[in-house]
Amino acid sequence: MSLRSPLGRVLGLGTAKDGTSHWWGQRVSAVAVLLLGLWFAFMLASMDSFSYTAAVTFVAAPLNSLLLLLLVVAMGYHSYLGVQVVIEDYVHAPGLKLVSLILSRFVHIFFAVAAVFAILKIGLGA
Amino acid sequence: MAEFRLPKNSRLTKGRHFASASGSSNVRRFAVYRYDPDSGENPRVDTYEVDIDNCGPMVLDALIKIKNEIDPTLTFRRSCREGICGSCAMNIDGGNTLACTRSIESVKGDVKIYPLPHLPVVKDLVGDLTNFYAQYASIKPWLQARTPPPPDQERLQSKDDQELINEPAACILCACCSTSCPSYWWNSDRYLGPAALLAAYRWLVDSRDEATGERLDELEDPFRLYRCHTIMNCTQTCPKNLNPAKAIAETKKMLAERKY
Repeated sequence: MSLRSPLGRVLGLGTAKDGTSHWWGQRVSAVAVLLLGLWFAFMLASMDSFSYTAAVTFVAAPLNSLLLLLLVVAMGYHSYLGVQVVIEDYVHAPGLKLVSLILSRFVHIFFAVAAVFAILKIGLGA
Repeated sequence: MAEFRLPKNSRLTKGRHFASASGSSNVRRFAVYRYDPDSGENPRVDTYEVDIDNCGPMVLDALIKIKNEIDPTLTFRRSCREGICGSCAMNIDGGNTLACTRSIESVKGDVKIYPLPHLPVVKDLVGDLTNFYAQYASIKPWLQARTPPPPDQERLQSKDDQELINEPAACILCACCSTSCPSYWWNSDRYLGPAALLAAYRWLVDSRDEATGERLDELEDPFRLYRCHTIMNCTQTCPKNLNPAKAIAETKKMLAERKY
């Protein structure tokens, strides 16, 4: 129970003067994922075999390595932004919200870096 | 977490049935949400049989008939009965609209009438709009200009400039749009909602207003504006056929335009 005025509650902590770059980043990364995803789907469809050697040969080709790197980074970024919005929408308990946001960031960075590492390892022939 | 289930004391129970006494063959059933805060009981759904031959064409006519002739305890807001005051906004047949402009004929089967969704219920069909009105007040819905007005006349506006505010200024603040928005359901404490954002847009595009930048500053926030996920329930439900979703999209474009 608080006697704070309704307007005082609505004004709250004021505006974050932010959000536009998040919104713009989500749209730009969506375009990137769409284009790179189409390329990836096309390449998958035109592969003759899905054996281990065929897959490694595909990833090792320089242009493929480059585009795959861009794809996983764009996907990771886009997914990170999206999951952040989902958490902000639905998770309201202050502690749980903070933990979820931090965990989401860690998990996204982990998988993006792991994917980048794997592609580089094959692409650079190590 | 967001609430996906009603709290225990808000769950519906079966209510009373009021059979038609007129003997008419043209009878429609109205299932109406009832809640009396003084009784301590859970809300219930009462059903009323209404003789349509002796009733006006709109859902509001039936509600007034029920209150006058069947059950005087039924509580709802209404005033103008012509879609301009916004008082009788409620959820009819699953959609938010004005009882005075929704015809009984357009509803198939029982006419189900509930209060606007996800508002604290004051009584029966009356929702608590305190937060909604405070959000409207927060966007400063008045003209702000540094240029003093001409001493001998009003601030002038071209016809083209007037066209821009014609539609957003036609909002009657009935709250149908905001209470239809899932994003508003989960975050109405921080998200302004389509009605307040449409009102903000009406001042953003007003050629006489000189506070566009300050207004955009106040809106640029992950919650106040960007909780809109373009669900478009607002535009679909608006009983005045306005387009809050487009106004919000235009506001986002203005923010992107000044940044990039």
